[in-house]
Amino acid sequence: MNRSGRLRRDLALRRVSKVALWVNPFIVYLFLWIPIVVLVVFSFNDGASVSVWNGFTTVWYENIINNSITAGSESARFQTGLLLLAVRNSLIVAGVATLLSTIIGTMLALALARGRFFGRKTLDALFYLPVVIPDITQGVALAVFFNLAFDAVQRLIGVRLVPGFATIIIAHIAFNISYVMIVVRARLATMDPSLEEAGRDLGANYQQTFWRITFPILLPGVLAGSLLAFTLSLDDFVITFFNAGVGTTTLPLFVYGMLKQRVPPEINAISTLMIAASIVLIGLSLLLQRRGANS
Amino acid sequence: MARVGTTPGDKRRAFGLVGPATFWLIAFFLLPLVFVAVASFMSRGSGGAPVMPVTLDQYSRTFTVFGPVIWRSLQVAAITTAISLLLGYPLAFFISRRRDPRVRLLLLFLVLLPFWTNFLVRTYALITIMQRDGLLNSLLERLGFIVEPLQMLFTSGAVIIGLVYGYLPFMVLPIYASVERLDMRYVEAANDLGANDVRAFWKVILPLTLPGVIAGCILVFIPAIGAFVTPDLMGGTRGLMIGNLIQSQFGGRGNIPLGSAISMVLLVVVFIGVLIYTRWGQEEQS
Repeated sequence: MNRSGRLRRDLALRRVSKVALWVNPFIVYLFLWIPIVVLVVFSFNDGASVSVWNGFTTVWYENIINNSITAGSESARFQTGLLLLAVRNSLIVAGVATLLSTIIGTMLALALARGRFFGRKTLDALFYLPVVIPDITQGVALAVFFNLAFDAVQRLIGVRLVPGFATIIIAHIAFNISYVMIVVRARLATMDPSLEEAGRDLGANYQQTFWRITFPILLPGVLAGSLLAFTLSLDDFVITFFNAGVGTTTLPLFVYGMLKQRVPPEINAISTLMIAASIVLIGLSLLLQRRGANS
Repeated sequence: MARVGTTPGDKRRAFGLVGPATFWLIAFFLLPLVFVAVASFMSRGSGGAPVMPVTLDQYSRTFTVFGPVIWRSLQVAAITTAISLLLGYPLAFFISRRRDPRVRLLLLFLVLLPFWTNFLVRTYALITIMQRDGLLNSLLERLGFIVEPLQMLFTSGAVIIGLVYGYLPFMVLPIYASVERLDMRYVEAANDLGANDVRAFWKVILPLTLPGVIAGCILVFIPAIGAFVTPDLMGGTRGLMIGNLIQSQFGGRGNIPLGSAISMVLLVVVFIGVLIYTRWGQEEQS
């Protein structure tokens, strides 16, 4: 092939790849967004169908508010109560787990980033395990562990403990610590150490340096870490599934139950509300990060 | 505390700081995993509980009875990873080549936002599209491509689509980070020296962004191989994966030693992935 032929071919190639580079993102965005948009749109559909549009209604949302999911069926009617209970349970679990894992995880981040002690590198690596090990393994391992521990307690004092809030919260803290540590450490890495040194040189002791200098600078990272922990905790299904007890159904467990048994038409509305809630959460975390970047 | 660990007081402080986290990690993460490892070498007692004697039976059963499911899980995870790469790489490249940083941020945000909504809700959204009387079937029918609704759910294919949908951002983000760091002058140099775009891609762009590609592949493969929700809701009996096997052994009529052995096999696969990630999936810090 002569030179101009090759050039023409290469230019054609460039045009093709340019087009492909526009088509691919277009398809991927459609793939990512169509299911969600359809879900939200059909949550306002008059009728239970998820493929045929019968007109606009807010009846499904009203049903949730009026405590009467799917009128006519007695078993369904008390589901709004169960839904609200599940939301409450989720908030309790996520709230407590987030508070504790933020404190423990921030302490850990400080020690791993600044400390020079024996076994630091090993410890550092070990704390990445909860991030990589499949949640199903973590879930069943903890369930087996709690079962054995409860057996031991029963033999010792004759009381049978049962899984519930405590087991779910313990499990959530176990994976959240690592995520908080990672986020807080990223913030620590960008921090100028001379600020702390200046504080020390000017006569501040350890506590004063920490609370007056380190902590205020670290705060956006701590808040971002706690928001991530809160989201992960609210979202977790698998680990909770294996460690929940009677009466401690969280929101994901409730949704799973609905999907597995009988799908009420209100589920689109419930899902839409959950999507809206997560958008609010992301908005908050972005706002915090922007604040952090400015300070 | 410019230098924690320089004085005895600082050393104690560092131990106080790692103490609670280390306790939690050992008591509620490592110890349970050790129990699972031990249980995997034991026999099944009443109610599925692990009892003596020590045996390798659970492992031989894992590979004989459940070998096909494990093999298929590996295939499903591998195909999921490959599709995510084919969809994710051009997308990450496209995003990182936008000039306006606000556009880049918006495009990344549009990838991440679905990712932040509850996994079950996202899976359900996909199910409504793909089910028998779902939008996709009614669309295909109206366009005349099919006369009868297709059975799309409860197949391995459905599981793969669900997993790609769930984990695609894990592919896009590390590749985006790699491509953004790529110095485009190398590509221009390759073009100037006579390489066309295909050649420049294979010889320059891909090798330089390979750490991001490997990181993305491992970050998709690991959750995909350990998936439970997606095969459970979208796979039916034909789309069963390792996660479903494990779950069924820890239920009412289960076999905890057997479930533990299957979990250990899953862990070994994951650790191989982690090793690849730490060896080849991270860029040199410069």
